[in-house]
Amino acid sequence: MNPTEIKKISFVSGPGIPLKGNDLDTDRIIPARYLKCVTFDKLGEYLFYDVRFNENGSKKEHTLNEKKYEGATIMVVNRNFGCGSSREHAPQSLLRYGIKALIGESFAEIFSDNCTALGLPLVTAKKEDIENLMNFVEDDPVCEIKIDLEKLEVTYGDFSILVQQPAQMRKALIEGSWNSTGELLSSLKEIHLVKSKLPYLNKFNF
Amino acid sequence: MGKTLLDKIWELHRVRTLPNGKDQIFIGLHLIHEVTSPQAFQMIREEKLKVLFPQNTFATVDHIVPTDDQSRPLKDPLAEEMLVALENNTNESGIKFFDFKTVKQGIVHVIGPELGITQPGMTIACGDSHTSTHGAFGSLAFGIGTTQIKDLLATQTLALSKPKIRKISVKGKLGIGVYAKDVILAIIQKLGVNGGIGFCYEYSGEAIQNFNMEERMTICNMTIEGGARMGYINPDDTTFNYLSEKEFAPKGEEFKRAVSWWKAIVSEPNAKYDDTVELDGSKIEPMVTWGINPGQAIGISKTLPDLKSLNSNERETAKEAYEHMGFESGKPLKGIPINVAFIGSCTNSRISDLREAAKIAKGRKVAAGVKALVVPGSQQVQKAAENEGLDKIFEEAGFEWREAGCSMCLAMNPDKLKGRELCASSSNRNFKGRQGSATGRTILMSPAMVAAAAIQGSLTDVREFL
Repeated sequence: MNPTEIKKISFVSGPGIPLKGNDLDTDRIIPARYLKCVTFDKLGEYLFYDVRFNENGSKKEHTLNEKKYEGATIMVVNRNFGCGSSREHAPQSLLRYGIKALIGESFAEIFSDNCTALGLPLVTAKKEDIENLMNFVEDDPVCEIKIDLEKLEVTYGDFSILVQQPAQMRKALIEGSWNSTGELLSSLKEIHLVKSKLPYLNKFNF
Repeated sequence: MGKTLLDKIWELHRVRTLPNGKDQIFIGLHLIHEVTSPQAFQMIREEKLKVLFPQNTFATVDHIVPTDDQSRPLKDPLAEEMLVALENNTNESGIKFFDFKTVKQGIVHVIGPELGITQPGMTIACGDSHTSTHGAFGSLAFGIGTTQIKDLLATQTLALSKPKIRKISVKGKLGIGVYAKDVILAIIQKLGVNGGIGFCYEYSGEAIQNFNMEERMTICNMTIEGGARMGYINPDDTTFNYLSEKEFAPKGEEFKRAVSWWKAIVSEPNAKYDDTVELDGSKIEPMVTWGINPGQAIGISKTLPDLKSLNSNERETAKEAYEHMGFESGKPLKGIPINVAFIGSCTNSRISDLREAAKIAKGRKVAAGVKALVVPGSQQVQKAAENEGLDKIFEEAGFEWREAGCSMCLAMNPDKLKGRELCASSSNRNFKGRQGSATGRTILMSPAMVAAAAIQGSLTDVREFL
């Protein structure tokens, strides 16, 4: 693959949706029974399925079912979002549902890596800033939330907040190197060299 | 300043630093299973890549396998489709697949160690967060997502950030009826479910050193439940003795050379840690969870915490947990009736787990109305247990003796809770909906505690059965 084909992501904007709660785990984001698939294609339909739908398929009262948040692309969350399993099905279902970026207090580590690998930006902000942003979005769900990764700034209405993003994730998104396969493959010679020096792959002759 | 095992193994596997600042790390062992790999193989085909070193990847099938009838085709057509995809992908790429026919199939984190594929000093990755299990051998082992599986298949490397390191020392001797599961639940309870983000854990101290390899695997397995992606225990004689004679472990002179290298990779006494935490093992009692994440745990003799005693961050989740579980602060968990008892999962389905549970079950009967399942972690564990007659002990007591797989830990197979059933479970996650019913309820505990609860028909203290 040609690394130049990868999209550079430095700015994302869209209407928001607040999803309250700490430690929202990957089983909640996409229940395990929907992992029975060999492609990610249909996962958007099952995002947060068990909190959105009753067993008979009828809708429950849930933020994601509210008409005012239809078409939202920026999800605002609290602490340790995406904890639990390594299933990429979780960010895949967010992406396929239409989410383009998440703003939260903090994110679980594997979830965060998976999002980077998919070019789905995550930024973190202080607890108070998240609360204010959530309240704002509840009152004004059509307002465009703008995330500027270069400036590490989120603006909405008349407000702006400073956000954080791990430097390596930011660089990968802004420079368009988040799909790392091509870059990793470009050091094939060095890969072979490291392999040839590992005792356990060389009969422990070291 | 001395180096930790993390420092040494990281440096040894570092290919280069990437322009974005991450390190490109060579992965010595890649494990795959049917749930998170098919999409990665699809990406490999679409991007016209190939599997670079198929001999460094091993496959098994575990998440979707039924535990009652494993004849082909599997009754669930989606499960069969996933199994066929894995067969085709491993065949086409030349990857070794431990399927049912090999009699070496089982949960990926059970078979790697028991076959001796997992060894000290390795970097190990798998599309499964409980890959941290393999850290018990003194390897750097962690879970990855599907796009990273693609990277790994195509390049045998990953783009990673080196974690910080926290030393967790468990001093003293454990009491009777206190197991590795109780120790790791106590650690997560103390540090919180997000306390480990950005860290690799190094477990040490008398209690950890006294553990056998299977107990160490239980500790490292649940590292991810505390937010840390990987955790390890420095290898020692317990590790080397376990590995000698294992199928894929080095033999003879090569084994001797291996041991001398394994001894050289351990953390040095003057190594620097970003953080250290100490626990007194002698004060840990049998633990049970009361909520919807593994950090919400207490000793079985305690009463449920008062919401006011928790900090504001924990209070909201605790309130949600009490609503979901139907529990009230101030009340004990002991005595609460259970509907289901599950012994199994990559945390606690090895032969020593089954032996401890069988000691409790022997000569007793599962309480009326309780559905009790024992699911061995692998075909080899199943065979070993049957050779010792553990299957008979369980069956005579009224437990169902099943075939190997992940089963009711995450309910991707037919083993599921129904409605609001309450399950005493030796698995690793008590998330809402985890065991197959959105309203189902999970209480995590050691396998011996699960057996005791099954007999009593309610949550109980295993120490009364010993």
